[in-house]
Amino acid sequence: MSRSIILSFLLVLLLLTAVVSLTLGKYPVTLSDTCLFFVGKIFNQRPATILDPDLLENLLLSIRLPRIIAAMLVGASLAASGAAFQAMFVNPLVSPGLLGVLAGASFGAALGMIVAKSWLAVQICTFLFGFAAVMIAIGIARIYRGNTILLLILGGVISGAMFTSLLSIVKYSADPYDKLPAIVYWLMGGLSLADGQTVLCVAVPMTISMVAITSLSGYLNVLSMGDEEAKALGVPVQRIRLLMIFLATMASALTVVIAGMIQWVGLIIPHIARMLVGPNNRILIPASILIGATYLVVVDDVSRLLFNVEIPIGIVTSLVGIPFFVLVLRKANRGWGA
Amino acid sequence: MKVIETPLIEARNIRFSYDTKPILKDIDLVIRKGEIVSLLGPNGSGKSTLLKVLLGLLKPLEGSIRLKGRDIHQTNPKEIARQIAYVPQIHRGSFPYKVIDVVLMGRLPHKPFFFSYSGKDFDIAHEKLERLSIRHLADRPYTEISGGERQLTLIARAMTQGAEIFMMDEPATGLDYGNQLRLLEQIISLSHEGYTFIKSTHSPEHAFWLSDRSVMIKDGSIIGDGKTESIVNNDSLFDLYQARVTVVKLNGSIRVCVPHAISKHTRMMVSGDEEEIMFLPLTL
Repeated sequence: MSRSIILSFLLVLLLLTAVVSLTLGKYPVTLSDTCLFFVGKIFNQRPATILDPDLLENLLLSIRLPRIIAAMLVGASLAASGAAFQAMFVNPLVSPGLLGVLAGASFGAALGMIVAKSWLAVQICTFLFGFAAVMIAIGIARIYRGNTILLLILGGVISGAMFTSLLSIVKYSADPYDKLPAIVYWLMGGLSLADGQTVLCVAVPMTISMVAITSLSGYLNVLSMGDEEAKALGVPVQRIRLLMIFLATMASALTVVIAGMIQWVGLIIPHIARMLVGPNNRILIPASILIGATYLVVVDDVSRLLFNVEIPIGIVTSLVGIPFFVLVLRKANRGWGA
Repeated sequence: MKVIETPLIEARNIRFSYDTKPILKDIDLVIRKGEIVSLLGPNGSGKSTLLKVLLGLLKPLEGSIRLKGRDIHQTNPKEIARQIAYVPQIHRGSFPYKVIDVVLMGRLPHKPFFFSYSGKDFDIAHEKLERLSIRHLADRPYTEISGGERQLTLIARAMTQGAEIFMMDEPATGLDYGNQLRLLEQIISLSHEGYTFIKSTHSPEHAFWLSDRSVMIKDGSIIGDGKTESIVNNDSLFDLYQARVTVVKLNGSIRVCVPHAISKHTRMMVSGDEEEIMFLPLTL
């Protein structure tokens, strides 16, 4: 069917982008060298490349590949979470940070940078506070009875605002010559610190989240028709919504762990995907994942190649995202309703 | 030997409130197969709440609801959904899903937790669209079809659920006159196929035209339950809506309501009781 054709096309596009990105960098590697190197790796032979294979090993496998995989994971996770949230909250203008996960994780990262000794501790702190922020949002929503979706959104606003203030406190009290620049720079987002081992560690839960969101994507259509209709169709609305929020939170919090704060991807990629494949979430979610992954690899290429110095990727995603969002608004105005 | 059929739905002593304000008080209601029951009552009388309680979406404070003899709150939600379908008040929808995708949602109660739709699911959905003569809409966006077509789409989804009881919340509200009449026609034709309808309505005439049986609700209590033609009359309509109308019987069968305020205004005179109506034409 056309569904599988579009998805295969997007997958091929992603792989091509990834391979081309491997050749891009301050140290030029030809496409043929890259291919020869990986073919050699697969057949366990020393490749007949122009550049020294050991240099290639270092350049491609230790430096570029982890970074490209990190970019794919981050882009895919944010896009999948964003698309799932947009369906669940019946609003095409929400992003994965809706329930405060990004604010919480940013605070966790900043706090970790000040008190923790190791980078691993910072990462754990980032992840935990991302989850804590969402749990607080859900907790606030549970205090009152009424429109669950509205209460969750308000809970997220409150929780997000709280962690943003707490982040300011941490920044204010941070050493202005050493810690503060590190925090600010990290929050601009960037993949330069993505090392192979960390990427491998976060890849597992992120992939599990995305696979799970995809396999539950059939419920997103019915959730976006409203709770009562979904319940009347026998769908365990609360349970599926909590599960989806858990999966999206896990994926989004981990993006902050490896790449800091990257905005706008989770908001605009689902829109691009929707223009391409339509609103049906059973195909929209996998399409968002593939497009999001491709997009962030490309943006990362731009951020590390455009100027002599690397620009934080979060700045690039915002600069690209904002004009696009203006276009999206025009369409929303024409009747996305809700 | 007389066989006593188990009622489809049997609600006993239902009490419900959202906060402290009671919404439903001591509701007793028995629904039998093939009935078209109209719920009549003013805004805020509890009609929609009653439908949701009967669907098992809201749990009453007291009382029990039995679906074919089984307590509805002990029944698996998917099992309920295979028997009762909810056709909500007309809505604009959120995302522009295709009509077929909306109808396919009706297959959810037949699916395991992790699922994908099979060719059979599509066949069933298309078949129901065909039955309602809207198969040509299958690939159109749900948000861009007319209100009447959206209502039919939701009915197709209800049929796809495999449900035999349809709970409709003001199905005709928001439809233009022609679509209202076509909708009523579809409901009558589906009821001949054995479907049971419980629908709230703001139009006593729709109750006359469709329903053998009407239930009148005021302030959360049932104040009348019985044959439409015997319980819906000038006095009970005044009691419900504080509006004076005369129920007129035309050609000895069809009933319509003539509001006094309007008839005075147009100088059309209505006198006497039901069935002894004399129309004085405007030209007199």
